Amino acid sequence: MDQHWSRDVFRAFKSGNIRTVATVPDGGLTELLNLCEADSGITVITLSSEQEGMGLLFGLWLGGERAVLLMQSSGTGNCMNALSLPAITQTPCLMLVTMRGENGEQNPWQVPMGQGCRPALEAMGVTCFSAADNADVGTAFESAAQLAFEDGKSTAVLVHQHIIGTKEFVK
Amino acid sequence: MTPPLSNAGGELLRRRLVGRVLAERADALVITGLGAPTYDVAAAGETARNFHFWGAMGLAAVTGLGLALARPGERVLVITGDGEMMMGAGSLATIANAGAPNLAILVLDNRSFGETGEQPSLTAGPADIAAMARGAGISTVRDCRTEADLADTIGALYTAPGPVLCVAQVARGEDQKVLPSWDGPHQVSVFQTAIGTRSFPYKPITL
Ligand SMILES: Cc1ncc(C[n+]2csc(CCOP(=O)(O)OP(=O)(O)O)c2C)c(N)n1
Repeated sequence: MDQHWSRDVFRAFKSGNIRTVATVPDGGLTELLNLCEADSGITVITLSSEQEGMGLLFGLWLGGERAVLLMQSSGTGNCMNALSLPAITQTPCLMLVTMRGENGEQNPWQVPMGQGCRPALEAMGVTCFSAADNADVGTAFESAAQLAFEDGKSTAVLVHQHIIGTKEFVK
Repeated sequence: MTPPLSNAGGELLRRRLVGRVLAERADALVITGLGAPTYDVAAAGETARNFHFWGAMGLAAVTGLGLALARPGERVLVITGDGEMMMGAGSLATIANAGAPNLAILVLDNRSFGETGEQPSLTAGPADIAAMARGAGISTVRDCRTEADLADTIGALYTAPGPVLCVAQVARGEDQKVLPSWDGPHQVSVFQTAIGTRSFPYKPITL
């Protein structure tokens, strides 16, 4: 059986010198966040809103540090004007997004931003790499990280909902 | 003789206040919020250790957090307006929770959105940024209302364990616009070169 995608991404954090992970958590990020929390070489910064990620990552980059923002698809909607900062400064903004509002979504409130996520990111100049199954996430992340750190681009890995599974709402 | 720091009514004059604060910056790294704070800091004289925002409203303080975390041996000072700080109000909690002993924020509170035509801002009403910062858990918070508070404010900004937030009540009214570079990549390059964090080529990512 393939190992969980979180392990591939975590390995890329370590080999790529990504030492700060900023997040507003999502259920789909639990394994990855647990790996990060357990690693003394990685600092997890909890944000009040995802848009802070653009500022935090930019400040870290000015100071010579690589970081990543982890969030659920609804969080990308909070980032729109903030994405101006990495765009206008041509600095890396690496994001990993766990998708909601796709196949099998049970909570209709997740659908508008889930469906709007990719077009909204693209409208702000973010290059998106979709991962449709577990084994794809690591390579999608590697591509996104390379483009971000080597070319100063804003990039996002979109982890499809069917990889993560759907959240059950039991009454 | 140095020009007075306040007007006839005793209100602090922002341009002179910022000049006075920056006169003691030593090697501090300075991030400025969009609008008048950017012009105030530029008016004090450009250095490679300044980074100026011209947009991305609400992100100045949390950018200061990132820089402070990356450069623990340097003092980082964010100078911004009340409107800009209010748009990033949630980041006060993020900053307090992350902890950054070397980060200080100076909010120039003119109770208005100066840049957009002096409309009254939320601090013209009941909102109090110092109280919000205390509620967010910022360890050192100061109100700076008159010249008499200045020595304490400057001491806190440069030497108190951070995160520090000082709210300076300043007079309304626009000063002459002093415009620094708005070229993003240029500013990044100059700043990173000055502090030694610019590195090409970057170490590639491999799985
Ligand atoms: C997201 C966003 N909304 C609104 C504006 C317009 N705007 C530019 S500066 C500014 C006010 C800044 O006020 P403050 O931080 O208090 O600075 P002041 O000029 O009063 O010193 C506003 C609302 C903007 N640039 N970006």
